[in-house]
Amino acid sequence: MSEVSERPETIDGRLVSSSRDASSATDLRIDGVSAAELDAKGIYAWFGARMVLENVDLVMERTKVTALIGPSGCGKSTFLRILNRMHEIIPSASLAGRVELDGDDIYDPSQRAATVRRHIGMVFQRPNPFPAMSIRDNVLAGLRFNRIRSKHKDEVVEEALTKAGLWSEVKDRQKDLGGGLSGGQQQRLCIARALAVKPAVLLMDEPCSALDPGSTLRIEETVREIADDVTVVIVTHNMQQAQRVSDKTAFFLAQDGNPGYIVEAGPTSEIFGNPVDPRTADYVQGRFG
Amino acid sequence: MAETIEQLEQEEACLEADAESEAPEQIKINRIRPREFKPSDVAVLLLTLASSFSILWIVFSQLTLLNGALGFVVLWIPLFLGLYWFVNRQLFTRQVAIDRLISSVVTLGAGIMMLPLVLLTIFVFERGLPLLSWHALTSTQQGVTFTGKHTNLGGVEHAIVGTLEQVAIAAVIGIPAAILTAIFINEVGGRFTKSVRVIVTAMSGTPAIVAGVFIYSIWVTRFSYSGFAGSLALAVILLPTVTRGTEEVLKIVHNDLREASIALAAPQWRTVWSVVLPTARSGLITSTMLGIAVSIGETAPLIMTIFGNQVMNANPFSGPQMALSLLAYKQIKLPIQSQIDLGYTAALVLFIMVFAVFVLARLFGSGRRSSGARRSLLSFVRWTPGSSLEDEAADQGGVEGLQKSLEKEELDQ
Repeated sequence: MSEVSERPETIDGRLVSSSRDASSATDLRIDGVSAAELDAKGIYAWFGARMVLENVDLVMERTKVTALIGPSGCGKSTFLRILNRMHEIIPSASLAGRVELDGDDIYDPSQRAATVRRHIGMVFQRPNPFPAMSIRDNVLAGLRFNRIRSKHKDEVVEEALTKAGLWSEVKDRQKDLGGGLSGGQQQRLCIARALAVKPAVLLMDEPCSALDPGSTLRIEETVREIADDVTVVIVTHNMQQAQRVSDKTAFFLAQDGNPGYIVEAGPTSEIFGNPVDPRTADYVQGRFG
Repeated sequence: MAETIEQLEQEEACLEADAESEAPEQIKINRIRPREFKPSDVAVLLLTLASSFSILWIVFSQLTLLNGALGFVVLWIPLFLGLYWFVNRQLFTRQVAIDRLISSVVTLGAGIMMLPLVLLTIFVFERGLPLLSWHALTSTQQGVTFTGKHTNLGGVEHAIVGTLEQVAIAAVIGIPAAILTAIFINEVGGRFTKSVRVIVTAMSGTPAIVAGVFIYSIWVTRFSYSGFAGSLALAVILLPTVTRGTEEVLKIVHNDLREASIALAAPQWRTVWSVVLPTARSGLITSTMLGIAVSIGETAPLIMTIFGNQVMNANPFSGPQMALSLLAYKQIKLPIQSQIDLGYTAALVLFIMVFAVFVLARLFGSGRRSSGARRSLLSFVRWTPGSSLEDEAADQGGVEGLQKSLEKEELDQ
């Protein structure tokens, strides 16, 4: 991993290239080259003694959008946070299983959590731009935090904001504070902030639940657009949203205080059109949850 | 081209004619502001005050021959409240009467709480102002003896220099330590969090004189009285105040921001330095300034650390120094009126310095925008208790946010 941190310049203005040969990956991927496949194998999770996830397997394919759906408290968010090692910052939390990013286990003792998080970005439920920073500084925060020096900051900012669909709205006021934007704009700023470090995977934890329908639609468009460059995993409570944005859907369920598990996962059209499990059918048709 | 203009003019004329013909039929919209306090309401308030005063005056000094201002005020308040309720009940509705009664009680309560502060300010200015002069500010008490009459009263310059140096050194020692302690308690955590917090709480409850005795025994007995020894004692006072203030401010920083920073692969020190502290900036400055203001007024810990003197000693590391609080304390104990008055002058200077500290806190604390000092100066000038709403709105989203929150406020009303 030290290899990555010793080569901070690689992120500079590099375009996303599709020529990367996945089979040759031996170490964790090189910065900002392309999206990667995320493969969760046999994931268990606990808070203290309480098991909240049981034996979850899920493959999140390269440049696809994977939606995690299910009723509240079924462990979708916990699962999402396990995917970029955010689960472990909660003191009582523990887990078991493997999460592989293009074949490399992100929980391998040789991996630094910070490096994993740099490759696997995250957007949260509530828009959370850093209030003391300008729009531009918010976008560049990831570079600054990781001590990535760049001579092309303007390009990085423009590229990230463009991908997040915010460039035209804020290009003339990059010096303004991020908190001055509307809720939807703030969320897109957070997406830009996450994209600026060129992650391979972007995790989104109900990114639209605090937004109005117009902003939601705008974020959904953004998700579809960025999926060309980055693998997206999105938690949502909104069935229509899952149908609109995702290629693949996983349905989580936790019953009677038991740990959550995946009832069914597959192409979104199958899950919504022709689900195998009757509980999936009930849920996607709004009969419970 | 000319035709079109003509056409437009004709249309306009038609429109105007339409508007005129419609005007008399327009429904007049009756705008109301349910919470408006109209001039007539002010009149009711003043008349009620006057009539309650008059009734009480008749009963108090004409019928019963009672006297005493305190008794008068104590009786006047309930009488006024009762009468005010009754008048509003008669003129308006029960709801209005109750509303205004409670408003009056709350306003009176606030006024009574403000009273000591106002009286204190007036008192200090009244006693200290007559001797406040350029001469008093720029001369020491060198050569002044405290017996008999003196044309030269001396001044407080040596005490101003002493106070500034002592507090500056105390701040340099105490504030970084306090902020680091608060960061440890709130951000780092671990096994010792609880014990550190208990120690800080205990420290903030320690009498200030104990800080003085402590520094006396470990420092002054080994070296000598000095301004620096005073600084050490003040740092002990300042540490728990700033730590607790900072801790509270750090708690307010939303956890979402820490998570966002961690998710951007920031190491913890980076999260604290680049996200948590800048977000808490204005609160940090406030708690820091509060600590400085507390320590600037301390007297007890200085008595046995700086000792006090009458001449200028600008070197805080050697020999006794004076401080404004200590000077005020010493002067007021003297049996000569003019010297006592000089003590009040010292108190007044101290008072102004503390006020200046808060003004500075306000200037730096709110100067978060890129336009910097000018804007923050403006926000200070404009500052009134009500404008905190404006600050909040500015934090949330500039002009738009302000507009929104004002609208919300209106809706709430």
